Amino acid sequence: MEQLKTIAIAQQKPLLQTSGLSIGYKLGRNNVKEIARELHLEMFAGEVICLLGPNGCGKSTLLRTVAGLQETVIGTVEIEGVDLGRLKPAQLAKKISMVLTDSVRSGDLDVYSLIALGRYPHSGWLGRLTAEDKSVIDQAILSTETGAFADRKLATLSDGECQKVMLARAIAQDTPIIILDEPTAHLDLPSRIQLMRLLHRLANDTKKAILISTHELDLALQVADQIWLMQPDGHMATGLPEELVMNGSFAKAFNKDGIIFDPATGSFTMHVSGLKSIAVNGEGTAAFWTRKALLRKGFTISAAQIAPLTVTVLENAGQPTWTLEREREITVCTSLRDLLITVNLIKPV
Amino acid sequence: MLAFLLDVALGSIHIPLKAVIGILISPETADTTWLYIIQQIRLPKALTAIVVGCGLSVSGLQMQTLFRNPLAGPSVLGITAGASLGVALVMLSAGTITSLYSIKELGISGSWLIILASSIGAAMVMLLVVTISSSLKDNVIVLIVGVMIGNITFSIISIWQYFSSPELIKDYLIWTFGSLGGVTGDQLLMLTIVVVAGTAISFLSSKLLDALLLGDNYARSMGVTVKRARLLIIGSTSLLAGGITAFCGPIGFIGIAVPHLTRALFNTSNHRVLIPGCCLVGTLLMLVCDIVAQLPGSQTVLPINVITALVGSPVVIWIIIGRNKLKGF
Repeated sequence: MEQLKTIAIAQQKPLLQTSGLSIGYKLGRNNVKEIARELHLEMFAGEVICLLGPNGCGKSTLLRTVAGLQETVIGTVEIEGVDLGRLKPAQLAKKISMVLTDSVRSGDLDVYSLIALGRYPHSGWLGRLTAEDKSVIDQAILSTETGAFADRKLATLSDGECQKVMLARAIAQDTPIIILDEPTAHLDLPSRIQLMRLLHRLANDTKKAILISTHELDLALQVADQIWLMQPDGHMATGLPEELVMNGSFAKAFNKDGIIFDPATGSFTMHVSGLKSIAVNGEGTAAFWTRKALLRKGFTISAAQIAPLTVTVLENAGQPTWTLEREREITVCTSLRDLLITVNLIKPV
Repeated sequence: MLAFLLDVALGSIHIPLKAVIGILISPETADTTWLYIIQQIRLPKALTAIVVGCGLSVSGLQMQTLFRNPLAGPSVLGITAGASLGVALVMLSAGTITSLYSIKELGISGSWLIILASSIGAAMVMLLVVTISSSLKDNVIVLIVGVMIGNITFSIISIWQYFSSPELIKDYLIWTFGSLGGVTGDQLLMLTIVVVAGTAISFLSSKLLDALLLGDNYARSMGVTVKRARLLIIGSTSLLAGGITAFCGPIGFIGIAVPHLTRALFNTSNHRVLIPGCCLVGTLLMLVCDIVAQLPGSQTVLPINVITALVGSPVVIWIIIGRNKLKGF
């Protein structure tokens, strides 16, 4: 059974494939600034792909190149086996739809009209909508939950609502591939999670391939089927999120002075570590947050059960107590704050 | 319709409304003087007002969409200036063609010459503005560039005027006041053809214009070839603004004000509705301006430009104040 599944995956053809792709932008005549080279990327139907990388490493350029808005420097982009350069703009628009960072706050444009613009490549030369167009639009509105404000003007929407509307427009364009450039950039946390969940569900339900550039590392780790990790030197690491964590690509891409990616938790820590080491014993929520608090205060968490400095967290009926042991000297704290104060008084070993 | 009737009925010589309707329905029975005034002067003027109202409004609408700027319009972005340059080129080139009136006597070929010169002038300036704006991201800067190019064009005209003979300048100056009255017969037919053609192109590209509302990048992602679309829109705008400017002089503010009024009235951004809407509102506003310009009850007729500015400027102010409440246009 397992074997069958592996074979099935191997036989599936990619929706989009780049080979030997170099991307960059023109600085002037015959002067091309190359950002990344030798990119061999693949997108499959039903996948959410997160493109990660620090600011200014060329994420937008890659997205624009893959979407055919910008020319490739060297190499090819193929969509369903056809070279991108050989597709007419109108044909390409039926393959890839986009959500960009461009502001579209035309005050008089209402939400429904904007979503309906997604039908542009499908509708006739005057843009009249057929019954089929309308049902696709309704479906897009339904799946993005934008029905509640479909007749409002664009200028009256919040950032989160606006982003959902732009996604609905892309869905209405009815393409196998959707590309989103930093869709979560100006959103608050609940809206970010909502949008990412929506994209995840969309890829699952409709078998679209969705490519998202984002800075939301933790969200990307949760929803992405594949991660393209771009590094400032133009190198690209690709794979399952878990693979990239395990093989140290994440740490390599994001480690800057004082910021450390912790493969054990999948998150970043900001502290300057290595000064003091502490062992934390205990299970559950209290122990977890104790570790977080200690990390923040500049401790590293020792993997050993017993270190020169050891905290044991015990939970009794929801009331945690902290027992701090140091060279047979034992202090019991009843609040996390007490623990941190006590621990801070200890000189580094 | 009512505005059209009123426009025909009101003028420096009093003709009762009943008689006007009578003349329009059955010309044979009417008083010959009145018949002449109505048929030769007022009717062409009212028809010109309609054509000009449509053409300028539609060209303004296209410019506002193309530049994604609420203050764009043929008179602000130097299109009218370009057309003026074209006309000045023809009118002030002493020797070959001496004055607007002699051009009129030349008939069709002369009119075509002026239309051509004016349209080419308009297209040149607009191409220049678009070329510069393609490397600029900020719409406000594009607007400033447009205004500056307009200024440059006008100063070229001024320099030219400075070295021209007074008679030529007088003709040109009268032309710059704008007039709906100078267009008759064949010229009206030609102007109508030009405006109908321009409006038709515009209407046929309404889907393009809709897509451009989202900006170049989104338009491209929906399969629009932006460069071709720009050329098409610039072409029809130049045709409209250039043609009208050639015959009626630079008429300001209609191009800016009417699209905003139309959007407010029809409450939509769909160009398939907006373009006919602009024709309607533009016609109405132009007829009203023409009626006001005649100062009903008096013998004086004011230049149409004065009135459109009087009506148009408050609209522009209204837009600027409104923008503080609602982003976008």
